[in-house]
Amino acid sequence: MNLLWLQSGGCGGCTMSLLCADSSDLLGSLADAGIRILWHPSLSEESGAEALDLLAACAAGETPIDLLCVEGALLRGPDGSGRFHVLGGSGKPMIAWVRELAARARYTLAIGSCAAWGGVTAAGSNPAGACGLQYDGEAAGGLLGAAYRSTAGLPVINVAGCPTHPGWVIETLMALALGQFDGDALDALARPRFFADQLVHHGCARNEYYEFKASAEKPSDQGCLMENMGCKGTQAHADCNLRPWNGGGSCTRGGYACISCTEPGFEEPGHPFVQTPKVAGIPIGLPSDMPKAWFVALAALSKSATPRRVRDNAVSDHLTVTPAIRRTGLK
Amino acid sequence: MGERIVLGPFNRVEGDLEVQLEVADGRVAAAYVNSPLFRGFEHILRGKDPRDALVLVPRICGICSVSQSAAAAAALREAMGLAVPANGELAANLVLAAENLADHFTHFYLFFMPDFARDAYAGRPWFDAAQARFKAVRGTAAAEAVPARAAFLQLTGILAGKWPHTLSLQPGGSTRAVSAAEKIRLYALLREFRRWLERHTFGDTLEAIAGLDSAAALGAWAAARAPASSDLRLFLEIADDLDLARIGRATDRFLSSGAYPLGGSPLFARGVWQPESAAVAAFDPDEIREDLSHAWMQGEARHPWRGLTEPDADKDGAYSWCKAPRLAGRVVECGALARQMVDGHPLARDLVARDGASVLARVVCRLLELARVLPAMERWVQALQPGEAFCAQGALPDEAIGCGLVEAARGALGHWLVIRHGRIASYQIIAPTTWNFSPRDAAGTPGALEQALVGLPAADARVPLAVQHVVRSFDPCMVCTVH
Ligand code: SF4
Ligand code: SF4
Repeated sequence: MNLLWLQSGGCGGCTMSLLCADSSDLLGSLADAGIRILWHPSLSEESGAEALDLLAACAAGETPIDLLCVEGALLRGPDGSGRFHVLGGSGKPMIAWVRELAARARYTLAIGSCAAWGGVTAAGSNPAGACGLQYDGEAAGGLLGAAYRSTAGLPVINVAGCPTHPGWVIETLMALALGQFDGDALDALARPRFFADQLVHHGCARNEYYEFKASAEKPSDQGCLMENMGCKGTQAHADCNLRPWNGGGSCTRGGYACISCTEPGFEEPGHPFVQTPKVAGIPIGLPSDMPKAWFVALAALSKSATPRRVRDNAVSDHLTVTPAIRRTGLK
Repeated sequence: MGERIVLGPFNRVEGDLEVQLEVADGRVAAAYVNSPLFRGFEHILRGKDPRDALVLVPRICGICSVSQSAAAAAALREAMGLAVPANGELAANLVLAAENLADHFTHFYLFFMPDFARDAYAGRPWFDAAQARFKAVRGTAAAEAVPARAAFLQLTGILAGKWPHTLSLQPGGSTRAVSAAEKIRLYALLREFRRWLERHTFGDTLEAIAGLDSAAALGAWAAARAPASSDLRLFLEIADDLDLARIGRATDRFLSSGAYPLGGSPLFARGVWQPESAAVAAFDPDEIREDLSHAWMQGEARHPWRGLTEPDADKDGAYSWCKAPRLAGRVVECGALARQMVDGHPLARDLVARDGASVLARVVCRLLELARVLPAMERWVQALQPGEAFCAQGALPDEAIGCGLVEAARGALGHWLVIRHGRIASYQIIAPTTWNFSPRDAAGTPGALEQALVGLPAADARVPLAVQHVVRSFDPCMVCTVH
């Protein structure tokens, strides 16, 4: 399968993340799955006119594109002209290239939240007119329109995340290459379900603190980051704490909040990212699927039952009270 | 005027790049560098809670993400008047150094060396070795370097949650305290990367490479080894054959913000190397102006404290989204070569004394930094004190300013933050490649790359090879450049 990778209004971090794959031989694994990299801006030899020839052959249908990966938001500004990114050497706005190439692609993938929804590039006043391939924030549409289907009949596959996890990209590409990916593999926002059906909260190392509502109060505290520090792990769709980053990390393991970067609109939370918005002392953003009254009742109960170990460690940057040792056997 | 050729998309750089050349008699007579992507982070940041900068600015760039975080944390720190505990400083240095070294490594193996495996070089004595090792995507180096880099960046999994885009770097230090057991794991990861570098990149110890103190010493080192005995050795073989020491000279005025603060004194010194006096002068950030004459931006030249970012795609005479920063009116170059010049490493100083800045000098200094910084990282890990504080706490003032100056892999990075009524009133950024790849200024003086390209052979209008080498010798990061 031919893979063509383009970058536009993003930071290139999704490619950098991909290169952090745990696989001992990333490029070999892709080749082994029958994926041939036609062109990738960070990896390929072809430059300038050589690259333009290659893109032109794809756009003309002479070279088939099986996997079109787009990284970075699509920049429609200024005034719909796309001139905030004219592909170097081509004199043609990147949005025009992407429209042409997406019409030929068997599968089109948005790599990262910029390409999926607009992402950080669409934050604030959205100065560049950024949008995603098939979404503009939470609204379906984007550059290609809600009705777009790649030639295999699928909408844009949103491998969201900022950055996206290397495993999400590799496993999506491999599932496609192995013929094991269809419309049922996508969630309601067209994200691959194998990671989007999980919550960041699942497997978080702070789960015990969460159970007792023993909360971090300041950066570097060990407690749960939801009550004060802005953590959205109980709502964010991703398996970041089940599938570690860079060997063993995740945002919450790194000591800071999940900012929900796989979700459309995450870039404008309506409050400072690292501060939980509250009404009458209760966080506004409650865990998915949980009625507010239950949460309030459970939180009050668990707070009253918090062991000293959990309460003290929550507001320290290292263990101050270690778990009691109990005899094994019948207990 | 001769023929005009347009090169782009210029790949194996970070982001998109277009270079226009005027060619006369087969040589570059003038160069115009266009940074073709504008996203507008300085607008995006306006009106936000100042702490949000720590989420937003790393996403300016996926390859220099931590350096953006470090500059924002430093600007906020100045605004808040905070002092960082020793652990916090060490942890932040480690995360930034991990990124910077990984970037040097990525540049060498994935971005720069593959050009020597192009078919156009078939027949050169070193070609078969270069092709087997460095062919883009298919060479043995790509297969081996990508996992080695991923393993090294596991440091960031421990210290920063993930890479790129961490929130662990804070004005007061780091959110991620390190335990005694984690110190051991960090140390082991560093030693593993050291072994890889010593075996494959250098074929020698890091200390021996760091100790090379002149061009003659480098030549003698190479002469004592077979051409394919290590990747550095193979590069030197190629550089000698293609005379890479004599292409790519810009102004020879070098800027460094000073890298890796340690209790007030950085590992690498701050300053500006002056070619006239062959000496280092103090770096005064007040002397910076961003000239907008050839950028698609409205307004006049200003200091970043009062900087403007008002895009105008139809501006006459403009040819890039990049502004043109100047220091006391002058073009400066930044990056690993600049850092080593300002810090006074004898090999850097000797290479520049002989031939000025060059493709060879820039690439050698990046590798030299791998050899100099990794041992420092080993010391920093050992100096971490589990149980002591990693992060100082403080409150954000409603009215304040703060400037953060750090060294990214590619050179001097500055953030200028103005807080009014508790919100970001102004946020201006000058990235390393903004300096190196700036367009002309109002006086018509070309930027550093534009100067470095003049005189190069460009008979092959499709892919002029010397131009490829010189452009990539700067390791440009185009997403940072305009931001
Ligand atoms: S989604 Fe995030 S990491 Fe990926 S390109 Fe966009 S800003 Fe960069
Ligand atoms: S820190 Fe976030 S993800 Fe972790 S337990 Fe608390 S709410 Fe869940």
